[in-house]
Amino acid sequence: MSGPKTLFEKIWESHLVDVAEDGTSLLYIDRHLVHEVTSPQAFEGLRASGRKVLRPEATLAVPDHNVPTTDRSRPIEDETSRIQVQTLEENCREFGVQLFGMRDRRQGIVHVIGPEQGFTLPGTTIVCGDSHTSTHGAFGALAFGIGTSEVEHVLATQTLIQKRPKTMRISVEGTLPFGVTAKDVILAIIGKIGTAGGTGYVVEYAGSVIRGLSMEGRMTVCNMSIEGGARAGLIAPDEKTWAYLKGRPMAPKGEDWEKAVAWWRTLVSDEGATYDAEVLLKAEEIEPQVTWGTSPQDVVGITGRVPDPKNAKDEAQRRAMERALDYMGLTPGMPVEEIVLDKVFLGSCTNGRIEDLRAAAKVIAGKKIAANVQAMVVPGSGLVRYQAEQEGLDKIFKDAGFEWREAGCSMCLGMNPDQLSPKERCASTSNRNFEGRQGRQGRTHLLSPEMAAAAAVTGKLTDVRKLVA
Amino acid sequence: MVPFTKLTGIAAPLPMINVDTDMIIPKQFLKTIKRTGLGKNLFDEMRYTQDGQEVPDFVLNQPKYRQAQILIAGENFGCGSSREHAPWALADFGIRCVIAPSFADIFHNNCFKNGILPIRLPQETIDALMAEAQNAPDPTFTVDLEQNLILRPTGNEPISFKIDPFNRECLLEGLDDIGLTMQKADKIQAFVAKQQAQAPWLYSAGAGA
Repeated sequence: MSGPKTLFEKIWESHLVDVAEDGTSLLYIDRHLVHEVTSPQAFEGLRASGRKVLRPEATLAVPDHNVPTTDRSRPIEDETSRIQVQTLEENCREFGVQLFGMRDRRQGIVHVIGPEQGFTLPGTTIVCGDSHTSTHGAFGALAFGIGTSEVEHVLATQTLIQKRPKTMRISVEGTLPFGVTAKDVILAIIGKIGTAGGTGYVVEYAGSVIRGLSMEGRMTVCNMSIEGGARAGLIAPDEKTWAYLKGRPMAPKGEDWEKAVAWWRTLVSDEGATYDAEVLLKAEEIEPQVTWGTSPQDVVGITGRVPDPKNAKDEAQRRAMERALDYMGLTPGMPVEEIVLDKVFLGSCTNGRIEDLRAAAKVIAGKKIAANVQAMVVPGSGLVRYQAEQEGLDKIFKDAGFEWREAGCSMCLGMNPDQLSPKERCASTSNRNFEGRQGRQGRTHLLSPEMAAAAAVTGKLTDVRKLVA
Repeated sequence: MVPFTKLTGIAAPLPMINVDTDMIIPKQFLKTIKRTGLGKNLFDEMRYTQDGQEVPDFVLNQPKYRQAQILIAGENFGCGSSREHAPWALADFGIRCVIAPSFADIFHNNCFKNGILPIRLPQETIDALMAEAQNAPDPTFTVDLEQNLILRPTGNEPISFKIDPFNRECLLEGLDDIGLTMQKADKIQAFVAKQQAQAPWLYSAGAGA
């Protein structure tokens, strides 16, 4: 027990309430984020069994999946969406949970507002009924998505019954080439390990590239851990982490802040700590990435071509590739840069933060979007939107022909009216290109904000490096 | 939760890898505030055309498999979103056991909370069971959790499987794990007291602070 420990082991062991003989562990949960889609049945369960929310102050709720990104002054038009959002409001009132309502400027995507408010803290355990909870791992927190039954379990007991996961370290070393971003890094990682490569693991991202990333970039990387199969991804916190958190409304203050930082400084994997698996990527080998298929592992460099199922490693893979190509309406061997688009979506918990908007705005400044595309920016939170407006980014986007929307999950999953029509093709900064994800028969290509901006300008998938030489 | 002890039923073959939870239950059905009623929309986009007609080729629309209670699928079943609506939809349709070479972690956990047994087996075994589900005139299998055995329609050698002991017991007994955890309230309180002393900022900060 006293040998060198990984960051994960330090957090895990400091949150064990009880461990059974077979290893089943009761893990204490420090922070719980709640949204409208995966919580109604959990609150209903509490009511049915006469249970309370054990620690309302450790719980923060926000509607994000269903909310319209257009006019917020009127009630939500879609009845089922409206009922779900109202149900969250009523549940929060009844159980004493703090809620950022739809018209609160602090409203936004649950994984954007947690860090933004300083609710997300290093060394904590954080859960949410949403698989992209891995985002918060960027702060050196053990953060993972759970189902609704587990949401109810956490509300009632502030704990979860878990099995200890295995550990994987993914190191990205070197210097990222020009035009290559955090999004390209994580897409390249998923391309390398596969969509189930991280199943059963908690991933620690390490190496000079990861240390060099901003907090926003680290969040983008950790966000898509689940697309590589890992429930949680984490990064050791450092000076950038404290700088980001200091002064945030829900972060510790005064003497508590000093104590907290002193503790947070110990949150690194010890020299000599061992992992169950190790993966290494060289930064120099990563180019701007896009996806061609219907799984996040279907990545290709922007200078590449759509792959041929003939080269699949086995029969199951070949069938999956054929199905994906048919769904995506693509021909094997065609250059990726010839793929023509209908829509561009800039937003989501992966890439809806201020830095993402700045990066995209830099590419499109003074340019116009192509006539064949409709493009929209959906900031990750009301505060991101406000800050972008203070910086004049909204004007750059609007001048270029982008729609400037209110905050929410929006077209990442299309639970609100922001959806693709059948066969519409979208360059999207979100995290999933599954069949039907952005709308029935919609076709999604995942990429970075910079690449999305470049695609909007030319109307097709485009190497951003050509536009910003 | 309904206990799972022994299940005898039709197994439907779904020879696809990476079946994601968006496929199992698309987003438009996540707006419900109930756990029930999702079975008719299970695999909605593969099962129905845009105008709501059944796609005859889809396995659960074929007469042989309409009453399926077991699903046999490819690797990484249930990947993607954490939506518990996926196991709710499977259970509401009547499927109480999924057999695959591997499962995504969150989906795998969610199954146990809903009386669904996810069984991991090696690819070769899956291939054999998949062929039997496809070819047997009556693809009825028996999944016996008490014996950890799958009995096959062909009468071939039963297949044994392993399930985590805690999860197995919860399924067999139909246990409510919140109730189990609440029995450890003393331990949780002791943990809180200790953490509050070591990391007071976790209690002074937070929502409502």
